[in-house]
Amino acid sequence: MALVSRGFHGKRRGNDGRTPPGQYLVDDFPVLSLGPTPRVDTDRWQFTISTEMGSKHQWSWQQMRALPEEKPTVDIHCVTKWSKLDTRWRGISLDTLLAGIETQATHVMAHSHDGYTTNLPLSDLRGGKAWLAYTFDGKPLSPEHGGPARLLVPHLYFWKSAKWIEKLTLLMRDEPGFWERNGYHDYGDPWQEQRYQGD
Amino acid sequence: MEWLVATLVEKILETHTACTLIYDVEGWPGHQPGQHVDVRLTAEDGYSAQRSYSLAQPGAGDRIALTVQTVADGEVSPYLTSTLEVGEQIELRGPIGGWFVWNEARPSPVLLVAGGSGIVPLMAMTRARSLSARKTPFRLIYSARSSDDLIYARELRSLPEGVEVDYRFTREAPPEYDDRVGRLTAQDLASEKWQPDSSPDCFVCGPTGFVESTADMLVELGHAPYRIRTERFGPT
Repeated sequence: MALVSRGFHGKRRGNDGRTPPGQYLVDDFPVLSLGPTPRVDTDRWQFTISTEMGSKHQWSWQQMRALPEEKPTVDIHCVTKWSKLDTRWRGISLDTLLAGIETQATHVMAHSHDGYTTNLPLSDLRGGKAWLAYTFDGKPLSPEHGGPARLLVPHLYFWKSAKWIEKLTLLMRDEPGFWERNGYHDYGDPWQEQRYQGD
Repeated sequence: MEWLVATLVEKILETHTACTLIYDVEGWPGHQPGQHVDVRLTAEDGYSAQRSYSLAQPGAGDRIALTVQTVADGEVSPYLTSTLEVGEQIELRGPIGGWFVWNEARPSPVLLVAGGSGIVPLMAMTRARSLSARKTPFRLIYSARSSDDLIYARELRSLPEGVEVDYRFTREAPPEYDDRVGRLTAQDLASEKWQPDSSPDCFVCGPTGFVESTADMLVELGHAPYRIRTERFGPT
């Protein structure tokens, strides 16, 4: 039973059934990252998926942009407590990128240009649940939000949606990524409030 | 991670908008300078709100300090700084964050750059250095609107030898800094003694725009991106 705070009523920005517990709604788009913002040029941009057998599947910016585009409108939830509803993106479904890649992998490690990593079960990237996103709100994704392209996995806390995505490594077992080694939850379901280890 | 009960034991007014709150937290596991806590407030009907606040002091038993900047239209900060009285309790848990921390065993010099209440976790590091037997060189660059907005102003004037402090006032400066009104520049960050080749560990904390531009300037000056750790708060 939580301790009741005398005289606390709250602003209840977000108590609308679409906002997971412990979250509040924002209209702006806060920026969180662990170091300086990398500047990644689309001319040299390359996206790689490596399988557990070591085979590599690579896309240049042009090759990636030639794939069928999707326009997801999704709610996003940051572990630092803000949520943002109806965010509009364009990107390539991970189903499209993973199609034709033969794998027995159960998990994925996402790698970013700044050295950041985060882990996910492979099934969380399939089934229309995840994208490689390159526009936000109709504009090219800005560098501070992970541009030119980031992972978008809206059903998990947003630290799983790795910015400046460079590579996915398919794995036969789970391994913790950057924040997961630094005390955050391995999976990160906002509706279960899986913020930190042990939640 | 468990929610712990924290009892407010002291409230120190730092500026017209910032307050240091000292809590006794039974079972506090200890922390490193730079880490933060999650605070949870719960209304009578069960509605609850959570926010993160930086720990202002190095670990010392069951006692912790948070310095909270009151956000005028905020949900949690006005309650902590105004409504909550000494002797009353809240819930919190932590410590959280294993990246934006200073480890006193590291020999590298430390360059700290604070914007506004971004000073809080950096002050925890500076205080940890004072308590440590090591004489790691520190430099703190603190950007604030005016001298009235400086948090920990008195303590900053009497830091031990080996800690340099420079200020940058963005709106109104005291006479001795009159030529230094405006945003932080690369010149403020550059210093003969603090060249990138001395490989300082850089910690930058403040509002998003401040941290973005400061980290970019540090990279341009030649500091390795992997030596620059950032913590951003507030809107874009």
